[in-house]
Amino acid sequence: MKLLVDGFDAYAYTGAKEFDGTRDPLIFVHGGGLDHTVWLLQSRYFAHHGRSVMALDLPAHGKSAGEPLASIPDMADWVVRLMDAAGARTATLVGHSMGALVVLEAAARHPDRIECIVTIGISVPMPVTDALLSAAEANQHDAFDMVNAWGHGSRAHVGGNQAPGMWMIGSGVRLLEKSGPGVLHADLRACNDYRHGLESSAALECPVHVILGRDDRMSPVKAAQPFLGTLADGHVTIIENCGHMIMAERPGEVLDLLIAALGSPMGSPVGNPAGTPQS
Amino acid sequence: MASPDYHRFDTLSLHAGQQPDSATGARATPIYQTTSFVFRDTDTAAALFNAERAGHVYSRISNPTNAVLEERISALEGGVGAICTASGQAAMHLAIATIVDAGSHIVASRSLYGGSHNLLAYTMPRFGIETTFVDPRDPDAFKAAIRPETRLVFGEILGNPGLDVLNVDAVSKIAHAEGLPLLIDSTFTTPYLCRPFDHGADLVFHSATKFLGGHGVAIGGILVDSGQFDWEASGKFPTLTEPYPGFHNMDFVEEYGPAAFIMRARKEGARDFGACMSPTTAFHILQGVETLPLRMQRHVDNTRKVVAFLDAHEAVDWVGYPELPSHACHEIAKTLLPRGCGAVFSFGLKGGRPAGRKFIETVRIFSHLANVGDAKSLVIHPASTTHHRMDAKALEAAGISEGTIRLSIGLEDPDDLINDLNQAIKASQRVRASEPAS
Repeated sequence: MKLLVDGFDAYAYTGAKEFDGTRDPLIFVHGGGLDHTVWLLQSRYFAHHGRSVMALDLPAHGKSAGEPLASIPDMADWVVRLMDAAGARTATLVGHSMGALVVLEAAARHPDRIECIVTIGISVPMPVTDALLSAAEANQHDAFDMVNAWGHGSRAHVGGNQAPGMWMIGSGVRLLEKSGPGVLHADLRACNDYRHGLESSAALECPVHVILGRDDRMSPVKAAQPFLGTLADGHVTIIENCGHMIMAERPGEVLDLLIAALGSPMGSPVGNPAGTPQS
Repeated sequence: MASPDYHRFDTLSLHAGQQPDSATGARATPIYQTTSFVFRDTDTAAALFNAERAGHVYSRISNPTNAVLEERISALEGGVGAICTASGQAAMHLAIATIVDAGSHIVASRSLYGGSHNLLAYTMPRFGIETTFVDPRDPDAFKAAIRPETRLVFGEILGNPGLDVLNVDAVSKIAHAEGLPLLIDSTFTTPYLCRPFDHGADLVFHSATKFLGGHGVAIGGILVDSGQFDWEASGKFPTLTEPYPGFHNMDFVEEYGPAAFIMRARKEGARDFGACMSPTTAFHILQGVETLPLRMQRHVDNTRKVVAFLDAHEAVDWVGYPELPSHACHEIAKTLLPRGCGAVFSFGLKGGRPAGRKFIETVRIFSHLANVGDAKSLVIHPASTTHHRMDAKALEAAGISEGTIRLSIGLEDPDDLINDLNQAIKASQRVRASEPAS
């Protein structure tokens, strides 16, 4: 689906179903340098189980036009303007990595619009190493390799993909390579510069579900603790043997957790014990 | 954080795609010899069929043993994913059928395995797909042959059997400039000697029967997607960029991004054409892949010694191996194949067909059969076997003469191989000497 936001085409994958902004909207926000395809399985599932789904491409990502947005608050506000364009008064947001910061900030800035958020692979703050920032600024392939190699857990570096025949390490780097010049750097800079995340998370009024990878080297579990400590209504799950690219590494578990957090296929919410490790 | 690092080739050869079996702890890849997989519940079953969950449904489409091999070869080639097939020919057909329609056209190297030439020259035209064959040594010939309806450029890195070396970098640039993908048959080189994706190729297939399996026990193929080709920007591939009524109106590029091709190949090609690999075959080939780097290096080392012996032999007219300065592709081979030019090559024996026949009937270690890439050394006469359907003109174009003998050098002691060749050559020349002068 294409919408017009700020005068530019904005793309969102709707799970091969019509998007109806009045029908329980669920919006997925990708991480830095990535696009809507990281949410394929999860978005498709919910679209075929009664939810209106958008897996969006942020400006300059995937099929969306425009320039990369400079800050996490800018991205958060853009998501809400996308909701306006799509006729969605309220929505549940699911974000990964940079996208997790975006949904956190969106919920803090627009509490009347966001009903619930799910943050996957999050740490607050989310500092980025100088080496990675420099490589990304220079549009060096090393930047893609750093994100790809550090982003996947040790298990993923060997493989055993739940998607038959697919090599996660190869798929990961190809997706990053498709990002335009400067896009990854803009995203990483936005993550690095997002300094008031803990104030935002402390102000959250909606339920917050958190999914972390035990072996995440980019947003380590330890680095998520300050964020978790601020949550008034937080539900945390840590997936064992999983790195930062959680939807790619453990797509089935992520979907199961989302179903548990957001409601069963029939639409009735079910509980998800806080902090339950997933093997 | 340390520097980014990926596992290296030898490690991936042994491990990529496989975790110890979660049910039993088995270290080796189990053979999941089952047609089907029990669904967790009805919702999961529906989700698997509707591409909302990843997993196995039916072994024609995917199988856990095959998936290990697919991931492993993807990792070794540097691709995004792969699909195992019943044979190398099935892999080639799957590649074509996924993106080429009736009324379309292919530009192919004229130095191809006889079966591949047959498929393109005689069989595909029945389905409305024509091929123009060009000189693999001349990248401009590929450019000149491209038509508006061309949808694929194809070649072998080492052309069979003359070992014409395809300038993959140059030909891929030509193909991409026309919005076309380059498909490579990498059977003779394997990713140990050359990774075509690093040189711009978009799709690769192997006859896994050969060096990947390496032991002559299983027929199989594999098709690998680099994920690098921009199908949408090309605008020539509606099977990947437009809704497909045969699978939930799926637009494969929209849904799978860089993996669009290989997902279409599986969801359509594996389902509808059904040329799948047996899990037991996948297991056999996996055993070969585990030792691929060790075997390929030994294949090349042995080949170099045999080539040197033959090249110096007075009863040998010529030896066609790209590492020799006399080979027409010597220079490009040095840059594209620095680790070696494989273990399959041809030579011309003085005395023509009678001497060749005697030679083949006299070798003791070499086996006379229609295969290459075995651990054991092999020999064949292409003009009367693998390329027998080609007429004289096509044979000449492919660099094959009546006296051409093709060897596939195995892993035996190279001195034993040389001794065997030496005694067979002597016998062949006695036949030649006893024949009346014509």
